[in-house]
Amino acid sequence: MGINLKNAAFEGWRRENGRMGVRNHVIILPVDDLSNAACEAVANNIKGALAIPHAYGRLQFGADLDLHFRTLIGTGSNPNVAGVVVIGIEPGWTGRIVEGIAKSGKPVEGFAIEQNGDINTIANASRAAYRMVKHASRLKKTRASMQELWVSTKCGESDTTSGLASCPTVGDSFDKLWQNGNTLVFGETTELTGGEHLVAERCRTPEIRAQFQAMFDRYQRVVETNKTNDLSESQPTKGNIEGGLTTIEEKALGNIQKIGKKCLVDGVLDKAEAPTHSGLWFMDSSSAAAEMVTLCAASGFAVHTFPTGQGNVIGNPILPVIKLTANPRTQRTMSEHIDVDVTGLLQRQMNMDEAGEALLDCIIRTADGELTAAELLGHREFSLTRLYESA
Amino acid sequence: MTVHFCVHDEGDSVGVVVVEGIKSGQALNGWIMDQDKMIAFNAKSDIPIGHKLAVRAIAAGDTIIKYGVDIGKAVKNIAAGEHLHVHNVKTKRW
Repeated sequence: MGINLKNAAFEGWRRENGRMGVRNHVIILPVDDLSNAACEAVANNIKGALAIPHAYGRLQFGADLDLHFRTLIGTGSNPNVAGVVVIGIEPGWTGRIVEGIAKSGKPVEGFAIEQNGDINTIANASRAAYRMVKHASRLKKTRASMQELWVSTKCGESDTTSGLASCPTVGDSFDKLWQNGNTLVFGETTELTGGEHLVAERCRTPEIRAQFQAMFDRYQRVVETNKTNDLSESQPTKGNIEGGLTTIEEKALGNIQKIGKKCLVDGVLDKAEAPTHSGLWFMDSSSAAAEMVTLCAASGFAVHTFPTGQGNVIGNPILPVIKLTANPRTQRTMSEHIDVDVTGLLQRQMNMDEAGEALLDCIIRTADGELTAAELLGHREFSLTRLYESA
Repeated sequence: MTVHFCVHDEGDSVGVVVVEGIKSGQALNGWIMDQDKMIAFNAKSDIPIGHKLAVRAIAAGDTIIKYGVDIGKAVKNIAAGEHLHVHNVKTKRW
């Protein structure tokens, strides 16, 4: 009855570096906030090109600047992207991002606004986008084994039903994908607070456990240094509390259900860092939905699973976000946002194995090209993580 | 039979209401998931969907257990069947 993942396949695009993508986007990527207008103009000129505006990229330095470059290069290198037009205010940093994306082997061209102005830049970049969309439209889909699909997870606007049912559903599917040899990631460092010992116990080796613990402890110091109260209304969020979650410990124990019962943590990643082998990875990351999903996309993940309780509506420009809920009120009032309804779990009308299979089925359909609720509703949240103030 | 609230583990101090509109005094069916057992209980407060009720009497200072794990401490006495949330339970972290 269940899905045999060893024999399961999906049809996507085989990229130049060998990775399998499930979407075929041509993106117009600004280096900095100043270049958003030109990127949006290019995307308006060329149908099928997608601008990804964002707020940052000026006067950043050190680790924060490294993260900026890593996130933008990772986004352009993601296998769901066929080609990239990069626009920056000046040619230096634009060139760095172009060179980084070019390592993936895909078409990428950069344009700088200074000494050209917006109008000439938009004209030149539009011609490049035109060629790239033409190129992308000619690419044929190919069949690949399910094992080649990289799947990420992060939950949002969680409530108590998340920990009871929708997060364990992801956990059930992650257990199955992990045993199948897929590449998987979870994160949300502060949102493990109260259950961090349970994640530590699941680390495959003492080295991985020590790396995980160091990342966890560092993030705790950020909270301890900057907090003005017990973080109530921030972590847990106001929406979490409305949904019945009382403490960070309770929220964390629900969150952790997403890594199932069998998966081991096979490695840890810095933000927007790409995995180097299959297995389950922990990424040190913010628990804010758009930031974390943006980082998953930048790490090269192709499909995202997102349990929600109260109804977070997030999407991403290049990474399809599959939403599932077990909250009957959310399913009743916000059904257009939900891809997989697991409310039956709480009334014993569905068991966990069936829920996990329903999610796997949706993951495969999404990989084959079926649009998610977030894609249909135009949710393209792209949110860069900042480590500290600009210079 | 409608499940009105779920308890992760029979050692837990709390259950989660999973239907809308629970009123004080209402007779509730609870499902203990890990042991797959049903229990019956009366609500002592109006409790919104997703919110918790105490499944045993809790004294101020007691540790609250859910998933078999510590999720915080009671800051007031809480009667069995009463709404348990940020007004009577706080984190032990941060």
